Amino acid sequence: MSSAHEHPKADIALRVKAIESLLVEKGIVEPAALDTIIDAYEHRIGPHSGARIVAKAWTDPAFKQRLLADGTGAIAELGLTGFSSEHMVVVENTPAVHNLIVCTLCSCYPWAILGLPPTWYKSFAYRSRAVIDPRSVLQEFGLEISEQVEVRVWDSNADLRYLVLPERPAGTEGMTEEQLSVLVTRNAMIGTAKVDSPKSERVASEAAP
Amino acid sequence: MNGPHDMGGMHNMGPIPIEADEPVFHSEWEAKVFAMSFATFGNYFPVDETRHASERMPPAQYLSASYYERWLYALELLITEHQLVTQAEIEERMAQLAQDR
Repeated sequence: MSSAHEHPKADIALRVKAIESLLVEKGIVEPAALDTIIDAYEHRIGPHSGARIVAKAWTDPAFKQRLLADGTGAIAELGLTGFSSEHMVVVENTPAVHNLIVCTLCSCYPWAILGLPPTWYKSFAYRSRAVIDPRSVLQEFGLEISEQVEVRVWDSNADLRYLVLPERPAGTEGMTEEQLSVLVTRNAMIGTAKVDSPKSERVASEAAP
Repeated sequence: MNGPHDMGGMHNMGPIPIEADEPVFHSEWEAKVFAMSFATFGNYFPVDETRHASERMPPAQYLSASYYERWLYALELLITEHQLVTQAEIEERMAQLAQDR
């Protein structure tokens, strides 16, 4: 009996269509439900939710304290708990510590907060190397972490997922939570980037009387 | 389980494939595999069983498959093991669809 792995890659789309038509025919999945799931992950669920959490932590010290003590509870306060993000630990970047998230076994990732992971997060290269040579991984992302800074790597699993609370960049004093959330990138919340200071023209215009 | 999925610390996996402005899915079949898996796990089998199914992929295939090819493998294994669909039905439907193309 043959199965997916014994077939050439050209047959994959056909195999998927066959499985879909059978599951639909048997009433196991509904076409509309499949479209809703795809649309949700393509358009609605994504890193903007994580960015809201980060911006709130940057502007509300009490929330930040709760977030670091009990990520799951603090994220629930914002109504952002969701599938694949039921149990969350938030780790804080500081001038002395840089955190990096990986899933060595597969691709565990806080879907409800960051959306689906990028290909690099799921790649064998990232999964294998993040835990033994994180600095070289970060260099590939253009991030040089000083030898004085400790790099901590967190290996996710199906039950527990992580989020990096990046450092708030310079030049953001006086910015609102909403303005701050725009600066926060997906990679900064995984630990493969830092949050950049706002573009210089913006700082200049804000500094102008 | 001790298999190729337990990848932490392995050497020689090459540079990290960083893609700028990456789409959520790279093709329609990837999106469909994701959605069918999402719609069935929880209802017919738990998420943990799905990951375990992809870990049962033979090592040489695991290492040459793409991410959603591994998901497809897991989906097919689980729907047939749980007797939602038979392997023969899948092959038959594929032959039919190929003819209709």
